[in-house]
Amino acid sequence: MKKTIVLGVIGADCHAVGNKILDFSLSSAGFEVINIGVMNTQEEFINAATETNAQAIWVSSLYGHGEIDCRGFRQKCEEAGLQDMLLYVGGNLVVGKQEWEQVEKRFKDMGFNRVYPPGTNPVEAIKDLEKDLQTKVK
Amino acid sequence: MKAVLLIDFGSTYTKLTAVDLDAEEIMAVAKSPSTVETDIIQGFNQALALLEEQLRKVPHEFTERLACSSAAGGLKMIAIGLVPELTAEAAKRAALGAGARILGTYSYQLDRSEMKEINESRPDIILLAGGTDGGNKDCIIHNAGLLAEMLPQVPVIVGGNKKARDEIESIFRRKNICFCISENVMPRLNVIQVEPVRETIKQMFIERIIEAKGIKKVEKIIGNVLMPTPAAVLKAAQVLADGTDLEEGLGELVVVDIGGATTDVHSIATGEAVQAGVTLRGLQEPYAKRSVEGDLGMRVSARSLWEAAGSKKIKKYLVAAQFDIEGRCKELSARVDALPRSPEEEEFDEAMGAVAAEIAIERHVGVLESQYTPNGIIYSQTGKDLQNIKYLIGTGGVLVHSKQPGMILRAGLSREENSPYLKPLNPKILLDKTYIMSAMGLLAERYPDQAFRILKRYLEKV
Ligand code: B12
Repeated sequence: MKKTIVLGVIGADCHAVGNKILDFSLSSAGFEVINIGVMNTQEEFINAATETNAQAIWVSSLYGHGEIDCRGFRQKCEEAGLQDMLLYVGGNLVVGKQEWEQVEKRFKDMGFNRVYPPGTNPVEAIKDLEKDLQTKVK
Repeated sequence: MKAVLLIDFGSTYTKLTAVDLDAEEIMAVAKSPSTVETDIIQGFNQALALLEEQLRKVPHEFTERLACSSAAGGLKMIAIGLVPELTAEAAKRAALGAGARILGTYSYQLDRSEMKEINESRPDIILLAGGTDGGNKDCIIHNAGLLAEMLPQVPVIVGGNKKARDEIESIFRRKNICFCISENVMPRLNVIQVEPVRETIKQMFIERIIEAKGIKKVEKIIGNVLMPTPAAVLKAAQVLADGTDLEEGLGELVVVDIGGATTDVHSIATGEAVQAGVTLRGLQEPYAKRSVEGDLGMRVSARSLWEAAGSKKIKKYLVAAQFDIEGRCKELSARVDALPRSPEEEEFDEAMGAVAAEIAIERHVGVLESQYTPNGIIYSQTGKDLQNIKYLIGTGGVLVHSKQPGMILRAGLSREENSPYLKPLNPKILLDKTYIMSAMGLLAERYPDQAFRILKRYLEKV
């Protein structure tokens, strides 16, 4: 059966191009993509994942406010009953040039399973996703 | 001459409308207090006598009788979904459009105390949704199991994840539940599909609910009961907007029905954004949408209208009359059959009607939100944009009896610049002066062309 992934851009962020590319890449790789588009609240991601029984949520943030927008996401998932949801985040997560390890750590501390730097090739992330979904099944 | 008798068993009145199909004329209308609690046929006979009295000099024979009903509390429904803003909301919208009265909306996995609450509210039908097609099925299956166990006597319509159907079917079969499987109210995320479920509700209403309410046994005399009254109003609105096979429709429109207990708003419109570059958010809205405001009404709900609006808002519409607004509203909600007896009391009713129209339309329409970014303002819309609808049509006692129905209805239009509410801007205003909307919705089931032309002819510009 196809695995379902919720995909969207968080916050007041309206950068739409990367979102379309990710949708295309995931669909081509055989995933059922629930693309909620740009400008979504955490609740909108969670509601979408709940109704569609998604296995992972891919969050994009391009405009620099990713850290504020993503805070508390994991806790809300747990509250909503999405206990072992795979949470990925990518884009231009922070403003300006910051040490990547630091950024990655901050987002991982927030509860994201994987964090991707600007310019990540979607193919790499999809490989990670397939791996993570396999271990999730086990 | 081919005459059709249209009957509306309302909660307070049984209303009859006689139509000459060839001349496309309303021959007569009559009403008499409903007698559903005792013997429904009594009130009908009284109204019929009044009608025949008017038709004494006109030779006629009713070749057909069609009825709708909102008697015995109307069609009482419970909507169940998974996420409140998604499938639970979609289920509610589907049921409202079928003319139901929603007793409650429930979401997520239900528990025993909620089941008890549902049971105590005595629903006629439960609409069970949850999950997109291929999405979550645990929740709807859990809820089906609990319904089968705790509420086996209530008929259920299933409008959820199609992947869960087989399992639900076997649960219900095992417990001998009366149920009907329909299409999913939200097959894909944020995509609403209300028509199939509405059709199923209507079928179940005709086949089972009519009987349960003691109306079935008189169908020989009164003809077939085809639908709940509010569904007939929505049907009339839809025929008027879309036209028929032969007739060109009027285009997108809104109908406001101001009653004693509720104010209903029906919109027949896609609700797409008027302005360019607006992102749509949230669950899609049905093209034919009905909303019901249970706290906005002229009598039973006069008190809750005051609670919702506040005295200042009502006062805005009072020109000459001096009233203790709170006191008057409370008094009216206790005396539900009170008629205005002075120009001042008439003015007060008109003010209440205007407030009901204003708030009910505000709640029905969508909202436009703006976000300020360094890149300028970006807009997002939730709900329907009804700014450019062509017609606003009013129906209900307060409008029919008022000398200024136009004022009452215009209260529902957009008046402030930059208001976030996407209310109608400049529609033509029509009044259902002869009170025939529900009757014509009924007639449209069999004779859409005639119903359309009669509506067009009898609705008055105000
Ligand atoms: C086009 C653009 C715009 C357009 C967007 C049009 C639209 N509707 O899409 C407009 C002009 C509206 C715009 C506005 C703004 N923008 Co702009 N914009 C860009 C620009 C030039 C290109 C973005 C783009 O489309 N890239 C191409 C796509 C394919 O790449 P991508 O979006 O990065 O996505 C890929 C990867 O990041 C990755 N990915 C993304 N998300 C995820 C998630 C996961 C889980 C994974 C695995 C991978 C992944 O995969 C994607 C596909 O390959 C970038 C600069 C740049 N060159 O990136 C700035 C940029 C993103 N914008 C920026 C800013 C600041 C803004 C504004 C705030 C103000 C401004 N300066 O104009 C506003 C914000 C508006 C808002 N509310 O969102 C900054 C962000 C700075 C930061 N984060 O530190 C950037 C980086 C420019 C800069 N260097 O200053 N912008």
